[in-house]
Amino acid sequence: MTTPHPEPASPSGLAVLTGRAHVYGDNIDTDRIIPGKYTKTLQLDELARHVLEDLDPDFSRRVQPGDLLVAGRNFGCGSSREQAPLALKAAGVAVVVARSFARLFFRNAINIGLPLAEAPDHALTGAGPLSVDLEAGLVTDHATGRTYAATRLPAVMVAILREGGLVNYLVKHGDYRF
Amino acid sequence: MSGFAQTLAEKIISRHAGHAVRPNEIAVVRVDGAMATDATAPLAIQAFRAMGGQRLWDPARVTLVIDHAAPAPTERIANLHQLMRTFAQETGCRLYDVGDGICHQLLVENGHVGPGDLFLGADSHTPTAGAVGALAIGVGSTDLAGAWLTGRTWLKVPATIRVELNGRLRPGVTAKDLILFLTGLLGADGANYQALEFAGEAVRALTLAGRMVLANMVAEMGAKAGLVDGAGLEGSAEALQPDPDAEYARRLAFDVSALTPQVSVPHAPDQVQPVASVRGRRIHYAFIGSCTNSRLEDLQAAAEVLKGRRLAPGVRLIIAPASRRVFNAALADGTAGILAEAGATFITSGCGPCVGSHNGVPGDGEVVISSTNRNFRGRMGNPNSDIYLASPAVVAASAVAGCIAEPADLTP
Repeated sequence: MTTPHPEPASPSGLAVLTGRAHVYGDNIDTDRIIPGKYTKTLQLDELARHVLEDLDPDFSRRVQPGDLLVAGRNFGCGSSREQAPLALKAAGVAVVVARSFARLFFRNAINIGLPLAEAPDHALTGAGPLSVDLEAGLVTDHATGRTYAATRLPAVMVAILREGGLVNYLVKHGDYRF
Repeated sequence: MSGFAQTLAEKIISRHAGHAVRPNEIAVVRVDGAMATDATAPLAIQAFRAMGGQRLWDPARVTLVIDHAAPAPTERIANLHQLMRTFAQETGCRLYDVGDGICHQLLVENGHVGPGDLFLGADSHTPTAGAVGALAIGVGSTDLAGAWLTGRTWLKVPATIRVELNGRLRPGVTAKDLILFLTGLLGADGANYQALEFAGEAVRALTLAGRMVLANMVAEMGAKAGLVDGAGLEGSAEALQPDPDAEYARRLAFDVSALTPQVSVPHAPDQVQPVASVRGRRIHYAFIGSCTNSRLEDLQAAAEVLKGRRLAPGVRLIIAPASRRVFNAALADGTAGILAEAGATFITSGCGPCVGSHNGVPGDGEVVISSTNRNFRGRMGNPNSDIYLASPAVVAASAVAGCIAEPADLTP
């Protein structure tokens, strides 16, 4: 059985992440991130193989470890399936940048240690490369030189992300201590 | 508890946080119950073990339901079901097995969630229990595992949108049409991070099943929870009520008297139009099921349309009742017989076709009309099909007509 949870805790949870971007539009729902027919598994490589399949059938072949995913509004709407952020993470996506996120996806991503940057005004369209500085709340497009402000994560999420996810957070703290 | 006026969601969170909360603050709260399904429990079990979890904080408050791919279509899923059964035996939690029903129906039907509760479910349609006045929130597997371990969770207190529905629905117009209309109006992220609070005479006139439809589909607007204001509801004396001068992010009020049957068109639930605008669109497959619309009154509404009629040639009608209890009631009162006589096929109570697991995947180029809650591309298992969402009566009428239709369109 593969474990979906990074261990030990990634000390680089809030490091500056730089990579090539894959850009998509608004309202990318969880069925398009990972169709329900593939979610009943504990095999992460299987999730990674089908990630974004109905949106971009070539994505799982093109994505490289450390790449960034960029989207518009309401990324991850729909299901509570944690398999959605898990599939992206297992495929190698280092961080998701979007104008906004659906609440379930947002929470699930942080819980499994996939960083997110909510940049409400971003106008990213190209492959970059981009840098995301979660600590400073800044997204930089090195191709155009433009920068975009990202909403700071609440302290509780920073605490969870610093440990690499909620599993490690609770192993360390035993309870919710903010 | 609080020195200031509060909405229903704020009141319930305050009671569970131990202090009066305001919107947007982060609170750690105790939870009254936690539920996971075969789509989410295996990951939750794995996370719980990885957290070092041995004993559940309170096994009597933990429910597992095998409903998303039940009975198991593959050996892998069969083994995930086994994992859940073993976990339930080891920890002493409650488990509903294949055929018992859909999680959100079972929670309400068996009283595992009640007015004023703060409930977590590892399924996005957990807000359904808001129909009985619970703050019921969908979470992912790891959050649920955290609740299993600690009996608590953290949350951001949601601002609330108050929705007052006044007037009387026309005959043949249902709670489904109301919530589709609202979803179209607010949009897919129109209530993101927020709670919806439903009130008004049109809400009070609904049955519990109808109120569950309203609370269920708040998920399609991104809401954290949907609650029905208990004020004036028969038999809900203990239901909480918001303070009259509570502050809302937004207040919406509608007279529902002129509402007509609604339909979501491909490929998103918030793409809503009156049925009249897509009337006549050819369909191949009609489905009545899901946590949204498969309760006894839904089957009865379909039977009323199908009585003495037959499915159109080339159309299949699949029905998955909300629970075993619902199916048995439909057998006992003759509803199931009428539906079967008309050509409907009954499948196991559960989620299968709605989530594309099994038991009814559409073919390439096929058009589905369904009483479910999502019509995202690929939702039912095939990205090359189109899904329309509607009430059970409209689904039944369409199955008879062979194209999208309202019951009134059928020749007597």
